[in-house]
Amino acid sequence: MAALRDIKRKITAVQKTKQITRAMNMVAASKLKSAQMRMENFRPYAIRFMDVLKSLALRVDPKTHPLLAVREARKIRLICMTSDRGLCGAFNSNILKLTERFIRDKKADGLDVSLIPVGRKGRDYFRRKITAVNAHADVFGRFDMSLAVRIGEDVIPSFISEEYDELYLIYSEFNNVAIQRPVAVRLLPIPSVGLEEEVEPDKRLEYIYEPSEEALLDQLLPMYIRVLIYRALVETAAGENAARMMAMDNATNNCDEMIDNLTLRFNKTRQAAITKELMDIVGGAEALKG
Amino acid sequence: MADELMLEIVTPERVLFSGNIEEVTIPGTEGEFGVLLGHASLLSSLKFGELNYTKDGRKSFYAVNTGYAEVTGKKVTILVESAEKSDMIDVDRAKRAKEIAEQKLDKLSKDDPEYDKVKGALDRAEARLKIAEKK
Repeated sequence: MAALRDIKRKITAVQKTKQITRAMNMVAASKLKSAQMRMENFRPYAIRFMDVLKSLALRVDPKTHPLLAVREARKIRLICMTSDRGLCGAFNSNILKLTERFIRDKKADGLDVSLIPVGRKGRDYFRRKITAVNAHADVFGRFDMSLAVRIGEDVIPSFISEEYDELYLIYSEFNNVAIQRPVAVRLLPIPSVGLEEEVEPDKRLEYIYEPSEEALLDQLLPMYIRVLIYRALVETAAGENAARMMAMDNATNNCDEMIDNLTLRFNKTRQAAITKELMDIVGGAEALKG
Repeated sequence: MADELMLEIVTPERVLFSGNIEEVTIPGTEGEFGVLLGHASLLSSLKFGELNYTKDGRKSFYAVNTGYAEVTGKKVTILVESAEKSDMIDVDRAKRAKEIAEQKLDKLSKDDPEYDKVKGALDRAEARLKIAEKK
């Protein structure tokens, strides 16, 4: 009889877990929606910003700028973006795996690697493994452009002062709700390839520049880095919630499956117990007749 | 109407304003400037300050953070890191920020590297309060 009660208890426990995972699924879904909206809303800004930068890059040769200076790489810096919270499937472990491999490869090439973790999971993971320059944890609950500005302050002045030679960013690209792909991109020195693309003819008008072209470029290029960082932040936020939504959806389904199995076992055990009791009674009656 | 000046205020969070206007005054780093239809093409960086535009004879005020303005014949694009319409400004927060900055400023000497930063914060808070009053 004890077994019966145990199974019942287990069913109740799984049902409670299911309630939690379902709630988390729904919370993640609504957060994903707002994160996706953020991505959508950021697009016009990014597009117009690139237009401005490109039209300026046409006028001024940007190759002379310190943020484009290619130096022989000896020290590199890495921004690794993870989420603050877990329970989102393989989202963080995918990023951490890529980061780990990336660091290993670079170290094998004899390079010195320093790290800026963004997001608590990454900071905790690398805490004892590698020295972090500056960590930004617990940031994804509420963030805006000023976070990208702060991260920019960690990397831009120190690149110009040649504290390190190359800057990489590892984050999760948000392809769609089901797919988030961890990618590593080089931020500094700024690859000039993107700036040389064709610009619409009407953008090539003669402009008045205030202040001078050079001074503007001086401000626009750091902003370009911030725009890229911000985009990565927004995509990480969306990816995290998408991954959690999927993970919790799976968990809810697994709970259903478990409840089904347990219920089946419960009924079987119950039936077995009844049968056994009946056998006992019948057996007893037979014996009395004897 | 075809002959109207189009203004767009774009922040990373959203497109804050998009529509036809008569005139816009923009806080450029080299000084405030006004734009009317047919203004020469221009690209200017912006400093924190007040931006206002006139639409149907009515003025609207915005507090804008650093960014850029691009002017082409019929269109003005304002790209800023953040912007607030005067009636969206959180006056209490601005007042608090002002007090904190004032207190900090008292303790700092002018040579302190922090000084400029705090002074900037104070200026911004004051500017926001001023803009919040205009509605």
